[in-house]
Amino acid sequence: MAGSTLVIKNLHVSIEGNEILKGVNLTINGGEFHVIMGPNGTGKSTLASAIMGHPHYEITEGSIHIDGKDVLEMEVDERARAGLFLGMQYPSEISGVTTSDFLRSSINARREEGDEISLMKFIKEMDATLDFLEIDKNMAQRYLNEGFSGGEKKRNEILQLMLLKPEIAILDEIDSGLDIDALKVVSKGINKMRDENFGCLIITHYQRLLNYITPDNVHVMMQGRVVKSGGPELAQRLEAEGYEWIKEELGIEDETVGQNA
Amino acid sequence: MTVETKLPYDKDYIKQFSAERNEPAWMNSLRLEALDQAGSLEMPKPDKTKIGRWNFSRFKHAAKGEVISSLSELPLEIQDLLDQDNLPKNLFIQRNQSVAYASLSDELKDKGVIFTDIFTALTEHEELVKRYYMKDAVSIDEHRLTALHAALMNGGVFVYIPKNLQVEEPIQSIFWQEDPEVALFNHVLVVADEGSSLTYVENYVSQNDEQETISNVITEVIAHDNAKISFGGVDNFAAGTTNYMNRRGVAYHNATIDWALGQMNDGNTVFENETYLVGDGSSSEAKAVVVGRGTQIENFTTKSVHIGLDTHAHILQHGVMKEKATSIFNAIGKIEHGATRANAEQESRVLMLSEKARGDANPILLIDEDDVTAGHAASVGRVDPLQLYYLMSRGISQTEAERLVIHGFLAPVVTKLPIASVRAQLTKLIERKVY
Repeated sequence: MAGSTLVIKNLHVSIEGNEILKGVNLTINGGEFHVIMGPNGTGKSTLASAIMGHPHYEITEGSIHIDGKDVLEMEVDERARAGLFLGMQYPSEISGVTTSDFLRSSINARREEGDEISLMKFIKEMDATLDFLEIDKNMAQRYLNEGFSGGEKKRNEILQLMLLKPEIAILDEIDSGLDIDALKVVSKGINKMRDENFGCLIITHYQRLLNYITPDNVHVMMQGRVVKSGGPELAQRLEAEGYEWIKEELGIEDETVGQNA
Repeated sequence: MTVETKLPYDKDYIKQFSAERNEPAWMNSLRLEALDQAGSLEMPKPDKTKIGRWNFSRFKHAAKGEVISSLSELPLEIQDLLDQDNLPKNLFIQRNQSVAYASLSDELKDKGVIFTDIFTALTEHEELVKRYYMKDAVSIDEHRLTALHAALMNGGVFVYIPKNLQVEEPIQSIFWQEDPEVALFNHVLVVADEGSSLTYVENYVSQNDEQETISNVITEVIAHDNAKISFGGVDNFAAGTTNYMNRRGVAYHNATIDWALGQMNDGNTVFENETYLVGDGSSSEAKAVVVGRGTQIENFTTKSVHIGLDTHAHILQHGVMKEKATSIFNAIGKIEHGATRANAEQESRVLMLSEKARGDANPILLIDEDDVTAGHAASVGRVDPLQLYYLMSRGISQTEAERLVIHGFLAPVVTKLPIASVRAQLTKLIERKVY
């Protein structure tokens, strides 16, 4: 097996004392594309944020390991350097810092001192990726996410994904707010990353992204847990029938967190 | 409260000081009258900062400095202020109270530009200096420190740009307080005659971390009708210097005065930057960055006074406070009665990097006219943890992430400084002060 492995065991996460995740188990190997689906309010984005180390979330129980290393012991930047990447649903705007400077700092943060990427090589790679994602080259000189449209922010996340080349990426609602053309471009970027060394966890509540990206594994989250897992056929059934049949099967009346079966 | 204060220097001293410099009689008597007034005037009262216990009296008044024969003799700290690839043609360096270096391109000389130390100007351009010196911008009797300044003025430059001359090359002054105990009563007078334009940049440097002294700096900037002045300054007095710095502009018909100021002093500082928009259609943009550290206390007042019709002013000040530093930022837009269609905008933002740092941003609009536009924004806060989270999620360390956020916070002003080397030097100073 190539690439890295992310193993999440019995993960419990709280925000301001309210438990959102109630025992999530999930393993993502290099080469695999996983999709987590589920209605709003079931804990999907909390899972993404908890893996990356969002300051508002508290892990109360369980573990996350990447290649055997304890992720929960790491600072956010260490998690990134260990191979994790989170494409955020709401990326921060950072005034005064150009997208280009930020990208170069991010790339160099993963490299040894003295082995920084040369400016020429960086510009070449960045320009090629901007073209591939059909992003206006001016964006590189604009302040990071400041005044970006929703679609520009999402493309910028994929731009970072492609330039940083992480081992395991989590993409949190990368498809929300995108028109069909933008959705195609974003999907094209994600598919370009596919290889045996790259594992990906895509979080969405729209099936439409799966018209462009074919997952290997599909998971459904409800009430802060993964309640059902399967192959691509599970996504197809969700597309055709919605979530009601799962709720019936499991005896769930309200799928949001805070409710118990 | 009127207190007779014993002043550190007396009439005889000032008479002699003035005589040694062959000053004209009017200057000599201006000094003596000012000294009289200083004895009875009160100290300035900067809003929300108590300066009663600050050192404004322990200092040495006179010190000479050696002339340098080449710029390469300067210490590296000063050389950093110069664009080494393109050494400034119009450069003035004052070392203590002596002229260490002075150059002005022949072209500008021939066209009638004056750029010389204040004492030479007093003898060679007496009428011009007399016309402007503490008349239209700053008055001698505003408070004790303006009066003391007039009495004890011991350095500075005079810049005059003749009518309709556009000076493309920047003009730069460096005021280098080499003697750690000597006080700087520096007077800078910049006059742009009708229809002229210039870019002027000045730097203040001292290294007295231990020895106490003061700076009492007054800068008067006059833009006549249709003139345009771009004024940049980086102040870097060391911790031992208590500073009173007053930069004031007067803009006449359709004139513009833009300021970009980096205030990096390490000692207690009272700073005023005011622009009087006297003429119709005059305008001003005042941008300032401040970094405070240690236990220093600073008070910054940036003010636009709208008198003419259709006057526009925009104040933007960004401050970063670390350790136990305290800063008050007052932004004042004052629109006088009759200043129809004036527009006074302001924004003050303070970023605090530690629990014990204090910052206060006070937006003040004083409006005596109906048909005006005015706006203000002010915020005091800490580095946003979500911004750090975002940057760190890409592998950037917390220190580097904070550095990026702080640089980004100060960038709107830093990028506006008119000379690249001064911009780079300010960036370096910010690095040194913040980390």
